[in-house]
Amino acid sequence: MENNGNKIAKTVLFVFLCILAVGWMYPIFMILTNSLKLEKYISTNTVFTLPSGESFAGLANYVEALTSQGFAQAFGYSIIITVTSVVLILLCTSMCAWYVTRVNSLLSKICYGLFVFSMVVPFQMLMFTLASTADRLNLDTPYNICIIYLGFGAGLAVFMFTGFMKSIPLEIEEAAMIDGCNPLQIFFMIILPILKPTLISVCILETMWLWNDYLLPYLVLDRKKYTTIPILIQYFKGSYGHVAMGPMMACIMMTVLPIIIIYISLQKYIINGVLAGAVKG
Amino acid sequence: MENAIKKYWPIFVLPTLAAFCVGFVYPFVQGVYLSFCKFTTIKKAHFIGLKNYAYALTDSSFWQSFEFTTLFMIISTVLINVLAFAIALALTSKIKGSNAFRTVFFMPNLIGGIVLGYIWQILLNCVLSLLEQPLLALDAKYGFIGLVILMCWQQIGYMMIIYIAGLQSIPEDYLEAAKIDGATDRQILFKIKIPNVMPSITICSFLTITNGFKLFDQNLALTGGEPAHASEMMALNIYNTFYSRSGAQWKGYGQAKAVVFCIMVILISLVQLKFTKSREVQQ
Repeated sequence: MENNGNKIAKTVLFVFLCILAVGWMYPIFMILTNSLKLEKYISTNTVFTLPSGESFAGLANYVEALTSQGFAQAFGYSIIITVTSVVLILLCTSMCAWYVTRVNSLLSKICYGLFVFSMVVPFQMLMFTLASTADRLNLDTPYNICIIYLGFGAGLAVFMFTGFMKSIPLEIEEAAMIDGCNPLQIFFMIILPILKPTLISVCILETMWLWNDYLLPYLVLDRKKYTTIPILIQYFKGSYGHVAMGPMMACIMMTVLPIIIIYISLQKYIINGVLAGAVKG
Repeated sequence: MENAIKKYWPIFVLPTLAAFCVGFVYPFVQGVYLSFCKFTTIKKAHFIGLKNYAYALTDSSFWQSFEFTTLFMIISTVLINVLAFAIALALTSKIKGSNAFRTVFFMPNLIGGIVLGYIWQILLNCVLSLLEQPLLALDAKYGFIGLVILMCWQQIGYMMIIYIAGLQSIPEDYLEAAKIDGATDRQILFKIKIPNVMPSITICSFLTITNGFKLFDQNLALTGGEPAHASEMMALNIYNTFYSRSGAQWKGYGQAKAVVFCIMVILISLVQLKFTKSREVQQ
């Protein structure tokens, strides 16, 4: 009897969760269906209906977004910025973190303190001065903005790396040193392979941040020449007068789809990375 | 060992440290200094003492955004945590397809604030116009509700993941022992599950508090602070003071507001640190 009641409760819960999950996905589904419609069929009255024979536009909106709205370019710049910055952050901050963990000097204490402090400070505090500093040093292109990102993103990365490095036993490194390795060899041949799980976590956290970051590239990049995806989407919205809704929704879909595909294929790593970041931060 | 590494500091520390000085230390110090100045560009700054702060602290739009932010922070923190915990409980009760549900609920978290804001703006404006209500940008009440819905959608999945990890780390023996002692489901929830996931609750609460307090992208994309700055949160208020006003005094005011905002965020973090420390002592 009690078992039966339990079973019913489970089924009810399951059905409820299914409904919730469908609702959860609805906003994205809505953008998808509307991005396939002709422009004149996208209005407040028809936005919730599926595309039918006469309103179906095929991939016209996507072609339009890729060719005339500058989506392809913005996508390219977003990829350049994200990849260069993540690689630079992973390499430089892991080296820095090893030094800070292993060398007990004033320099490492000051560095560590400042890194932790920088995680707390909100971006609004720096936005004006950072943008003008970047401007003066000519760090305003997608190819070298990674230096700004290395500086601004160093806090979290160093913090996560040092947290893990404290648990690596010193004996391994000492043995390598006796065998004649110099610190560079120790780092690249011993520490870096051990660090792999943390490298993946940091990589995921930084990628999520960089790919979606809006304000920093908006203020730092030379806006006449370069846009990233978030900037492009904000431009769409900010431009008063007629907004081409179809290509706009196609842009959103092309932004969201790669994220969903990467997420589904790397789900385990992403969830572990996010968990590690949350517990440490 | 230590001395050998020490010699290599230009290779190990210098790149990060140099970038850190350019990307954080220098702008930060300069930002603090400029909050005492009147300036339009950094070169044309002259010291005027505390006048900027006097303005910032008496600016009614700044305090209005403070109220809006605080109210938003409280409501979204409570809603997100309660709902995320409830979903985490449901998904850890050995239900079919819990992994698939977890995947679905977490997904919005990966989409950036600007894109999320725009998706919800389209959706909510359509719903509001079908209900014949004013649009998001015309009524601050709907702007507020819209922001809360948007943040719930984005963050429940994230917090759910943390709660699931917390719930799964409770030893199975505790739950079995309680069942043998005749505890009801309710008692198990309040006497065993919740006390054991207290660390997760602290982490999630502070994450939602700071995320709510520092919110910018979503606010900009969903309502843009409309109507007439009524749905403007603090970060957006600072941004608008900087960039959407002309006149020599505004940048200084903005920088002073930013320093005040920064101090508030640091205070929240200090409280968090204290909470986390006291918890460690208990364990």
